[in-house]
Order: sequence, then C-alpha cells, then structure tokens
Amino acid sequence: MLLASAKKLRSFGIIGMNQRNFGLISRYNPRHLYPLVDDKLKTKLLAQKAGITVPQLLGTVQYQHDVRLLKAILQPYDQFVIKPVKGSGGKGILVITEHDHNLYFKPSGDAIQLADIERHVSNILSGLHSLGGKPDTVMIESLIQLDPVFSDYSYEGIPDIRIIVLRGYPIMSMLRLTTHASDGKANLHQGAVGVGVDIGTGRALHAVQYGESVAHHPDTRKTFSELAIPHWDKLLQLAAACYEMTGLGYLGADLVLDRDHGPMIIELNARPGLAIQVANRAGLAPRVAVIEAIKTVDPDVQARVAFSKQQFAFDTDVHPPRLLRTRSGDR
Amino acid sequence: MSAKLRLYSVVILLLAFGIGLTLYKHFALGFPLSPDDKKSLWTIEARIDFVARGDPVIVSFALPPQTPTVVFMEEDFASSDYGFSEMTSPAGRRAQWSRRTASGPQTAYYRLSMYEIDRLVHPPVAADLPPEPEKPEFDEVLKTAATTLLDQVRSRSANTEIFTRELITTLNSKAPSQNLSLLINERSSEDYKTHLIINLLALEGISARIVRGLYLEDGRRRQSLSNFVEVYIGNEWLMFNQNTGKSGKPKKLLVWQRGDQSLLDVVGGKNSQISFSIIRNVYSARDLVVHDQMNKQVGTIDFSIYSLPIEQQNAFKMILLLPIGALIVVIMRLLIGLRTSGTFMPILIALALIQTTLLTGIIIFLTVVGTGLLIRSYLSRLNLLFVARISAVIIVVIAIMASISILSNKLGLDEAMTVTFFPMIILSWTIERMSVLWEEDGPREVFIQGGGSLLTAVIAYIFMTNRTIEYLTFNFPELMLVNLALILILGQYTGYRLSELYRFHALERRNVAGKR
Repeated sequence: MLLASAKKLRSFGIIGMNQRNFGLISRYNPRHLYPLVDDKLKTKLLAQKAGITVPQLLGTVQYQHDVRLLKAILQPYDQFVIKPVKGSGGKGILVITEHDHNLYFKPSGDAIQLADIERHVSNILSGLHSLGGKPDTVMIESLIQLDPVFSDYSYEGIPDIRIIVLRGYPIMSMLRLTTHASDGKANLHQGAVGVGVDIGTGRALHAVQYGESVAHHPDTRKTFSELAIPHWDKLLQLAAACYEMTGLGYLGADLVLDRDHGPMIIELNARPGLAIQVANRAGLAPRVAVIEAIKTVDPDVQARVAFSKQQFAFDTDVHPPRLLRTRSGDR
Repeated sequence: MSAKLRLYSVVILLLAFGIGLTLYKHFALGFPLSPDDKKSLWTIEARIDFVARGDPVIVSFALPPQTPTVVFMEEDFASSDYGFSEMTSPAGRRAQWSRRTASGPQTAYYRLSMYEIDRLVHPPVAADLPPEPEKPEFDEVLKTAATTLLDQVRSRSANTEIFTRELITTLNSKAPSQNLSLLINERSSEDYKTHLIINLLALEGISARIVRGLYLEDGRRRQSLSNFVEVYIGNEWLMFNQNTGKSGKPKKLLVWQRGDQSLLDVVGGKNSQISFSIIRNVYSARDLVVHDQMNKQVGTIDFSIYSLPIEQQNAFKMILLLPIGALIVVIMRLLIGLRTSGTFMPILIALALIQTTLLTGIIIFLTVVGTGLLIRSYLSRLNLLFVARISAVIIVVIAIMASISILSNKLGLDEAMTVTFFPMIILSWTIERMSVLWEEDGPREVFIQGGGSLLTAVIAYIFMTNRTIEYLTFNFPELMLVNLALILILGQYTGYRLSELYRFHALERRNVAGKR
C-alpha cells in the first residue's frame, strides 16, 4: 500500500511534523536559546566550557578580506574540515583529507585548488548556506579520524550518531552511515544509511536507506547485525549533558567517535527530524510519554542515562532482534 | 489548556462575528449571496394630461407609499414652468404642481424606478385602525335588494373572509338575479363596483377600504390603476380582487394608494386624464442594493469598501483574494505536506496567473525561471558576493522578461506580453533559492519544490478566480474573519500530513508483519 493509515501510525506512536513542531519544539525549546545551537561556534565554546570533547578549532574566517589569509591558516594542516558556522543539515561542509603543495584532495580523491577553497569560503561568508541568507562565518576544524569499528560500515566519510534527548533523557538514537550515494555525507536525504540503535546496548536494530529496509551496507556489503557501537555509555552521557549545557528540552545531539580522542560532539540541533523513527521502526510518542510522566528531572546525568537505558532497552526476549528476521518476512 | 480555551473562544467570536455580519447583510440589507442574482428594476411613468382654463392651476396627485418590500431608487417629477412640492400626510404622499396661469393642453410627468426585495419583514401591524363603518345611505328599493343579497350571502358563509369572497363572486356572477341587477349591471364602472362592495360590507358592519394598484408588466403603455377592496379581518388588512374574489396581494402589483382619497385633483383644468407606462430592466441585484444603501448611508455600507473610489475598489478586489490564497497555502503545507519554495511565493504566482491566464502564465513562469537558472549557474562561477549576485539575477530576470515581451510582440503573440505582471523580485529570489538547492540537494529537490510551488499556485489560482469566491470576498469582506478562524484552527492541527502517511508507510508494513 502506498499510504499508511493515520490510525495505525498513531497506534504505533509515530510523531508527525505538525505534532513535532507543536508538541515538542515549541513546547520545550524557548526561541531565545536557538542561537546557542544554530551557531556552531557558540556551541563549541559552550561544550568546551562544560568539559565536553569537540573537534579542535583550527581557525575562523569572518570577513571577506580575510579570505586572503586562508593559505596561511591552512598551511600547517594536512587534513581539515571547512564548515559554515550557521549552516544546517550538513550544507556547505568541505572535507580535505590530503594537502600537497597547491592541491587539496577531497575524500573522493578529487583534487581542488586553493582558489576553489577560497571561493567556497567566500560563498559561505556571503550567506549561501545560512538560513535566510544571513552573513556567515567560516570555521576550520580538525578532521575526525574514522574509528576502526566503523571502517566496514562507511564509505568515504565519517558516520555520526544522532541521539534525541528529551528533558535531558536520551530517548532514541540512530547511526548515520555514509555511502557512495550520499557522497560521503551522513545525510539520510542524500542516501546515507540510517541504523536504529538500541538505547540499552548500543547495538544496531534495523537499517534503512531511502526509507526502505536494508540488511547490509550498500557499498561494503557488510551486514549490520553484528554492529555494536563502543563507548555507548559515554556517548549517551555526552548527549544527556547537552540539556544542562543549552537548556533545550528537545534536541538532537550529533556525536562522532574519533579514533584518537574517543566520543565527541560535533553539532546540536534544536529541530531534529523524524527519520529516526523510520530507522528505529518505532514511534517517538510512547517514549515522549514516559519522559513527560517524570515530575522532576534528575540533575545527575548518569542517573538519567541509566533510567533511559532501562526504560528504552530493546527487549530481545519478547521480540527477536529484527535484523535476524529476513526481509522476505516483511514483504 | 487555558491557551487552548482562549484560542477557541477567539475562533468562535470570529466565526460568530463574520457569519453574523454576512447574514445581516444578506437578510436585512438584501445583499444577494450569489453573483448571478438579478433583479427587475421597474420604471413607471405616470402621465397626467388636462386642459387648463387660463386660471391658477393646482394639480395634486397621489404617490405610492414606501413599504419595506419595495425600494424606490429614483423619483422624478417633470413639468415645465410648474412649481412643484411633495407633501406627506397620514393619508399618504402627494405631489403637487402649481402655476399662476395656464391655458391649453398641459402635461405633467411622474417617473419612479423601483424594485422589489425579499426581506424579512414583520407583517405590518395595522396601525391605521379602521373607523367604525358608517351605515351607508341607500334608497328604499336598493336597501331591500341589498339586505336580501346580504342575507343570502351570510347564510352561505362562516366568517368575514368567506363572506367577503362570497359577496364579490355573487356580485360578479354571469347570470345576476333581478335583485342583483338593481344594484349592479354591466355598465357599472369599476369605481362604482368598489364603492358598492365597501358599502355593502359597511351595512354588514365590516370595515373596508379601496386600494388602487398598478400591475407591473414589461412594455405596457396607457395602463390605468386597478381597484381592490381591502377588508379589516382580525388585526390585519386583507386585500380582495373585486372581480374574482381572490384574496391576498397579487405578486406583481405595486400598491399606489389606499383609502378613499382621490388619485388626482386638478383645480383650474378640465378633461384630466392619467395613464401609466411601465418598462422593466434587469440589473445585478448587488449593484441595486449597494446603490440604494449608499444613498441611505447605512453605517455598515457607508464605512465599507464601496465608499472608496473605483480604482481603490478594484485594488481591494485583488487584495481581498489574498487570504484565500493564504488558506490554500496553509492547507497544502500543514495538511498535505507539500514542499514549496518560499512560503507565500505560490500566492504571488497565483496573482500573476490571474492577470496572464493559466496556460500562458505557466509557460512564461517556466521560461523565466528556466532561463534564469541557466544564467545563474554561470553567475555562480564568477565568485560574486551574495547581495551582488541576487541583484545580478534581478537584472537578468528583467532582461528575460523584456525579451519575452518584445519577441512575442514581433511574433504576434499578445498573451505573452502580460509577462510584466510577474513579480520580478520574487522570481529572482525563486531562481536564487532553486539554484542553491540544485547545487546542494540536486535537481530532484528542485523539481519537488518547484512542482509543489506551481501546484499550490494553480490550486490557489483556481479558487481565486472562482466567480462566487471573488464575489463573496469583495462584497462580504467580513468573511475574512471566518477565513482567519479557519487558519487559527488549522494552526492547532497536530495530526499527520498526507505526505507523512507515505513517508512512514514502511513502518506500517513492519507492524503488520510483527503481529504474525
């Protein structure tokens, strides 16, 4: 069937866009706190102050005439990432993995010149990637090193982990794996694979690409059933701590695992999308209800994580892990 | 919860006010709810002819009374060299022409334009309570005949209404008895018959009066007034046709005069004659009502869009359609979940489509945006700053529009010259946005959003060009409040969008499988 029945979706607890905007975002996220997460530079400073690991800031460019200084800023680094400070949805991010005299190499192996980077930076400054075309700032960060645990599950990019945090409690999580189709970006719209992750254990539950179930990574052909994310507790704690850090009641924390520095936060989102429900094959509504039933939020991050792990753990005794069932059973 | 309560009370208030005002205008002021409502405007001309004898002349003529169900648009009194005045008395309005001296044939005109309306009117309480009927004077023979006739009629009737009808039919019977022939014969005039009926009724103790009326028929000339008998029954005056006995006011009858006053008095003249001619014209009901209410300075109309100059009225005709477009956008985005490029860009395109007509408009839009995207992709390689780039796009758009206009003119395609109705700045923004979208998310997203915008624009266009909607928005601007209430309610909608039912349809399959 092409369309789902609204009644069934409701009974599964799927939250729609209107419900998200009305019941979650406008209810838990005061408008004045948005700049804290919409401006990645502010988020980074905030996180550093809170003792949360973030990718190292290599430099910033704020004015058009400073674009000339780019060569000097980039000189000492072989690998770096150029980001718009106010970009959203991974827009305008340029990753350079190799630097050889005047040539800079992208993960795909394409070589570009300094002039191309300067143009990209100039575009960001004039607001090409920012909301409403407002003037923007460019930040240059150190490149995150792919953790070997993901080496079989990603293609030309760094996978990231999205954790939805409601009132400081992690309620749902998803791993986003880069693919050839997504051009090395961890963006589900562009063809990245979304893997639902069990809050209780950090194990993969179910994977989708373009909204359809997949059993293995389209490029590496590796099945997801053995995938388990290391440092899971630490990741949950980092995400949960963002509540105190920003004051946002409903947020999506994007984290990565760095080979050398471990879990770190790369971005926070005050309007996290709903694709996570598809990747998890579960609705957010029942989990939102559990958290909303709590009278006072526990100030202890570890206690909150423990509560979430116990509440939202995937019960393998009742349901067999979904990935173990074949896709033919679904069709 | 209290916020919700507040919202709903605002919504109910808006709905009540909007709908209430609309109903008031419809029922009390007579505004039609459909643009196709037509009304007959009757123009009645009364021509008074007489021969003056060279003495001072006074002509006094009864004018029709104003009642709630008839609207007099215009009254005209014309007669050269005569002084004129209009007098109102409890007996009714009269026109009076006067002149010091006049001789020879004279003519006076009275012209009236009027139309009937269906309006909720309380049946007029008979304020004019009838006097106790005076016993008429009959000579002995006639009196005996009358008493015999009344006895006969009385024995056949149960109440006043039936009695009156029976009396009239008996008087009009084809084969009159001898008794009857004494009272009335074929040579008796209409006026004699009327007065006979009234006198007979008075003899029976029933109050009655004469009513003169004019049948409204298109293209009639040399008409005269018809006589009716109005009888006081219960607390109302009931009209009877004196030739058939049928009761009630005929449909197309204009009551001209009630009571026994003369229709026309001429002092200082002779051979006076009066004749009526009638012409019917059909007008839009709304035009008649607006004209009439403007004249009467009714508050709701006097302080309305109608009081603006025509040019501004036309501008408002357009502006008042915008809320309809906004409603369509809200529905498309919140209920359907269509993605559009720019929230209200579709409305502006729809406005342009109204000017250019649908097909031409779409072709022009696609041409301008398509060409614009091509040129914009070149601009993006020039390394321009943002504001400079969008300004460049504006100039490019204007150039494209100019070339389309000139080219189509040379080719003899007049339709394409309407290209100037497209909002240039908005088109430039659309091109800029779509071009960025193309670079970031690929052509697919451009087609989704572009198609969504165009579809929304076309649907908005269809609604905004609907004759009835156009008519209602302009003539009942208070319906905007109803629209506002709808949008407020939609703003509370937290259910799924249609597009989400598709987006999450894979989830449904899982759960069906999970139940096995």
